[in-house]
Amino acid sequence: MGMADPNRQGKTRLAKYYVPLEDSEKHKVEYEVHRLVVNRDPKFTNFVEFRTHKIIYRRYAGLFFSLCVDITDNELAYLECIHLFVEILDHFFSNVCELDLVFNFHKVYLILDEFILAGELQETSKKAIIERMGELEKQDELENILLLQASHIFAMPRAEKAVFSASRFKGSLLGKKIQ
Amino acid sequence: MNPFSSGTRLRDMIRAVRACKTAAEERAVIRKECAAIRAAISENDQDYRHRNLAKLMFIHMLGYPTHFGQMECLKLIAAAGFPEKRIGYLGLMLLLDERQEVLMLVTNSLKQDLNHSNQYIVGLALCALGNICSAEMARDLAPEVERLLQFRDPNIRKKAALCSIRIIKKVPDLAENFLNAAASLLKEKHHGVLITGVQLCTDLCRVSEEALEYFRKKCTESMVKLLKEVVNSPYMPEYDIAGIADPFLHIRLLRFLRVLGQGDADASDLMNDILAQVATKTESNKNAGNAILYECVETIMSIEDNSGLRVLAINILGRFLSNRDNNIRYVALNMLMKAITVDGQAVQRHRVTILECVKDNDASIRKRALELVYLLVNDTNVMPLVKELIEYLEVSDQDFKGELTAKICSIVEKFSPEKIWYIDQMLKVLSEAGNFVKAEVWHALIVVISNASDLHGYTVRSLYRAFQTSSEQESLVQVAVWCIGEYGEMLVNNVGMLNIEDPITVTESDAVDIIEIAIKRHSSDLTTQAMCLIALLKLSCRFPSCSQRIQEIIVQLKGSLLLELQQRSIEFSSIIEKHQNIRSTLVERMPVLDEATYSGKRAGSLPATGPTSNAASLNLPNGVAKPSAAPLIDLLDLSSDDVPAPSSSGGDFLQDLLGVDLSQAASLSGTSQAPKSGTDVLLDLLSIGSPPAQSSTSTADILSPGQDNTSVSTLQRISSPSSLSAQGSSPAQAAPMMDLLDGFSSSLPVAGNGLTYPSIVAFESNSLRINFDFSKTPGNPQATLIQAKFSNSSPNVYTDFIFQAAVPKFLQLHLDPASGNTLPASGNGSITQSLRVTNNQHGKKPLVMRIRIAYKVNGKDTLEEGQINNFPRDL
Repeated sequence: MGMADPNRQGKTRLAKYYVPLEDSEKHKVEYEVHRLVVNRDPKFTNFVEFRTHKIIYRRYAGLFFSLCVDITDNELAYLECIHLFVEILDHFFSNVCELDLVFNFHKVYLILDEFILAGELQETSKKAIIERMGELEKQDELENILLLQASHIFAMPRAEKAVFSASRFKGSLLGKKIQ
Repeated sequence: MNPFSSGTRLRDMIRAVRACKTAAEERAVIRKECAAIRAAISENDQDYRHRNLAKLMFIHMLGYPTHFGQMECLKLIAAAGFPEKRIGYLGLMLLLDERQEVLMLVTNSLKQDLNHSNQYIVGLALCALGNICSAEMARDLAPEVERLLQFRDPNIRKKAALCSIRIIKKVPDLAENFLNAAASLLKEKHHGVLITGVQLCTDLCRVSEEALEYFRKKCTESMVKLLKEVVNSPYMPEYDIAGIADPFLHIRLLRFLRVLGQGDADASDLMNDILAQVATKTESNKNAGNAILYECVETIMSIEDNSGLRVLAINILGRFLSNRDNNIRYVALNMLMKAITVDGQAVQRHRVTILECVKDNDASIRKRALELVYLLVNDTNVMPLVKELIEYLEVSDQDFKGELTAKICSIVEKFSPEKIWYIDQMLKVLSEAGNFVKAEVWHALIVVISNASDLHGYTVRSLYRAFQTSSEQESLVQVAVWCIGEYGEMLVNNVGMLNIEDPITVTESDAVDIIEIAIKRHSSDLTTQAMCLIALLKLSCRFPSCSQRIQEIIVQLKGSLLLELQQRSIEFSSIIEKHQNIRSTLVERMPVLDEATYSGKRAGSLPATGPTSNAASLNLPNGVAKPSAAPLIDLLDLSSDDVPAPSSSGGDFLQDLLGVDLSQAASLSGTSQAPKSGTDVLLDLLSIGSPPAQSSTSTADILSPGQDNTSVSTLQRISSPSSLSAQGSSPAQAAPMMDLLDGFSSSLPVAGNGLTYPSIVAFESNSLRINFDFSKTPGNPQATLIQAKFSNSSPNVYTDFIFQAAVPKFLQLHLDPASGNTLPASGNGSITQSLRVTNNQHGKKPLVMRIRIAYKVNGKDTLEEGQINNFPRDL
C-alpha cells in the first residue's frame, strides 16, 4: 500500500502512501520496515511479513526499495515491479545513483506518479514513462529552481561529505559503469 | 523585501542539510529554513511559493513538522501555471491526507482542473484525486472522472481508470455508473489503458455483484481471447521483460479471469484451454515467468473444478518447492496452503520437503512452512511429524521457539493417539522450551496426568529426570513440582513401573531436594513458589522422615515480601506443628480433575447448538473411565459462576437442581421406587424413553392418525379454559393433551392467560431439529408448559432416543415422559415430550436451558448437546 526507499542507514529517500496514515505513524512504519529488511541475508526471500501486510523489498547498492502490499498479492509480480521502477529511474537519470534521488526527490515522485497511481500499476512501458516525463518537463519552465541535470551530481565536490561513503557516491544503483 | 524571503535555492538547502555533521546542526539549518518559509508565507510571497513548498517537502521527509505549509499547497493548486500546480499537487499528496479538513477546500480546484484545457493539468488533478480522494470528493467528482475515461489522450484515460478504482472503493454505490465506460476500456489496444481497464473491471466485480454478472456475461470470452493474444504476441521491445511481452498484463488478466470464473462453471469452462496453455508454455527460468505461473496456479485453484488443470497446478507448485530460489519456494508454500483444501493428498506428497522448509534459515519461509505443516497433520502422520518438530525445537532460533512451541502443543493436543504419547511429547516440549509454553497448555497437561492413573508413577519419574537437566524452564518446574507433591511416594517407591522404563533410585530427601531447588531459584515466580509450598505440605505428610526438614524450608518463607507466600508459610508450618491429627486428611491427593469440565471452561462458553461430540479437545481413547456423572455435571453447568466442584457422584446436584420435581418424575416414569439416592433418580430419568403406563388414558386415542375430525372437536372442547385447568391439574394427562395442542397450535389460540408465545426452533443440527411450543397455565405466570417436538431429517432411524435437559437454580424443570423412543427417518413422524418450567425469577430473568440428546444410529451411540438461549422473553 505504500512505497518506501530507505537507504542502509535508515534515511528515507522516498516514501509514498496510498492509505491515510498520521505522520508519526508513517515514521514508525518506515523505521520498522527498515529494521525488518536491513539485516536480512541477501540469499533470503525478498518478502517479509509486516503487521497484517507483506513487505516486498529489493536492494540496489545502498538503497532498499520496499513495497508494502496486501497479503494476497502476487509477490513475484511486485518484485518485478520494483525492478522496472529502478530501470525507469536509471533511464531517466542516465545511470541513477542515490544522490540523484536526494536532489531530485520531487522528480522521483513525478515518475512514481506516472508508474503507480492509487496503489495500482499505471504503465508498464519504460519508453512511455520516459516520453511522458519529457513532455512534463517541457511544461515545467522554472528550470532554474527545479530542474537539475544528472551530471551535476558527479560535479559536486567530494568534500561535501556526510553519511554516504565515497564509494556510494560513485555507485550507480544498477551497477553500471559511470562515464 | 524581507531579508529571509530571497532565501536559498532548493539544492543549496539540501546540500546544507547534507553537510551537517550532527543532528543538532541539522536542526539549526532546518530551523532557519522554516523561519524563512514562515516569513514568506506571512508576507504572502508569490514568486518563491513553489520553491518554498518543495523545501518543505524535503523537510517533511526528514521528519520535521510542516503543517504550517498546508495552506500553501492549496494556494499553489489554485495558481494558473503548470509548475505551480505540479508542486502544489505533490505537496497536497505528501503533506496532507484524506482525513484532513483542509482537503474539503481543494475539491473545487480539483473540479476546475479536471475540466482544464491543458491535458497535463488534467493529469495532475487525476493523479492527486486518485491518491487522496475521500468519500465526499468521490461523490462530488465521479462524473468528471467518468467523462475522462473517454478522453482522447490514453495517458488521461488510464489515470481516470485508476482514479475510478479509488472512487468505487470509497463509495461502492457509484460502481454502476462506471460499468459501460470500464467495459469499453477492455477493447483498447494501448497496454497502459488496457492494464488499468482490466484492473478497474476486477475491482468493480469485487464491490458489485451486478458488475460481476455483467462482465461475466459480456467479457469472459473476449478476455480469454485477449489473454491468448498477449500470450502469443510477438516480441515487443517496449513491454518485454525476460522474453515475455508485458508479464504485468498477463497477471492482471489472469486475476480478472479468476474473479469471473470463481463460482461459475460456464465461465470457468471457457478459460480452461488458455489456462492450460499458460501453465505449460510459460518459461519458468526467470522471475517474470514464475510470477505468471504463480498467478495462473492461483486462478486454477480458485475457479470451478477441473481436475486436469489442478494436477497441472499442483505439479507447478511441486517444481516451485524444489526450486533453489527462496522466493519461489516461499510462494510455493503460500499457494500450497490454498491447495490443501482442494487436494490434500497431493500436498501430503511434499510433506518431507515442507518439513525441511520449517528448518530454513529464512524466517519468512519458516513461518509459511510451519503454518502449512500445521494444516498437514492428521491422525496417521502426527507421530513422525511431531518427532521432527520437537527435534528441530532443540536447535531452532530463540525468536522462532515461541511460535513453534505453540504449534507443537496445539498439534499434540489435537491429534494425540494415546495418553502416554501425549505426556511424553509435552514433557519434551517443556524441557526444551518450557518458558514459551502458555499457562493453559500446561494446565491441560496436568488435567490429563491426573486422569491417567496408570501413568502417575511413570510421569512423576520422567518429570524428575527432566528436572535434573532442564530446571531453567519455568513451566516444566511447575508441572514437576505439582506432580511430586501429588505423587511423591510413587517417585520414591517406583510404583507403577512400565516395561519401557529404567528403574531409578530416588530417596525421600531427593524428592524434597527438587522442591527446595525450585522454591529457592531466583527466577521462580509467585505461582511456582506457591505451588512449591503446597507440594512441601503434602510431602511432609507422605514422607514423615523429612517432616522436620520440610518445616524448616517452609519457615524460611515466613519472611517473604509477598503476602500470599508469607501467609501460607505461617499457616502450613502451624499445620505441621500443631495439627498432626488432621494433616493427613487435609493433604490427601487431589480428586481426579474432570477433563470435560476443564476443556469446557477452556473453550470459554460452549457452542450454543450443533453436535459437539463431547466437545473435549483432550479426547483420549485409552483414558480412565470417566465418572458417569461427569457429563451430567457438564450439562448442568449452565453459568460459570456456580461451577460445580467435580465430584464422583452427580446425585446431589441433580437433587438440588430438580428440587421438588424429583418425586413426580420418579412416579411418572412408572417406577414405584422412592428416590433413595440421587443417582437412582438419575437412572430413572434416563430411562424415560420407555412408554409410560399412565399415559394410556382415553385422551391418547385422539392421537391416533386418521381421526382428525374427532380430534379437532375434542380439542375444541378441551381447549376451553375451564377444561384445560381441570385437566391441567393432572400431570399424568398433561402430556398427551399437549401433544394434541401441538399439532394445531398455529390455528387455535392457546388457552390460558390469553397470551401467546411464538414457537421457536430450540435446536437444530445436521439432521435433528427440536421445536418448542409454549403455553401458560392461567393464574400461574411463573409456570410455562413447553411442548417439545423432535424430528429427524436424516435417512436413518434413531433408536433409544433420550432427551435430557437441565436448568439453572432459579428455574425448576419437570420432564414428562416422551411419546416414544424411536424417531423415524426422513421427517416421517416425530417424538413429542412436554416440559414444565417454573421460573422463580419470572419477569427478571429469561428462561435458559442446556440440553443433551442421546440416540443410536445403526446401533452406534450418538450424543448431541447444546444450550437454548432463544426463549421468548417474559416466560
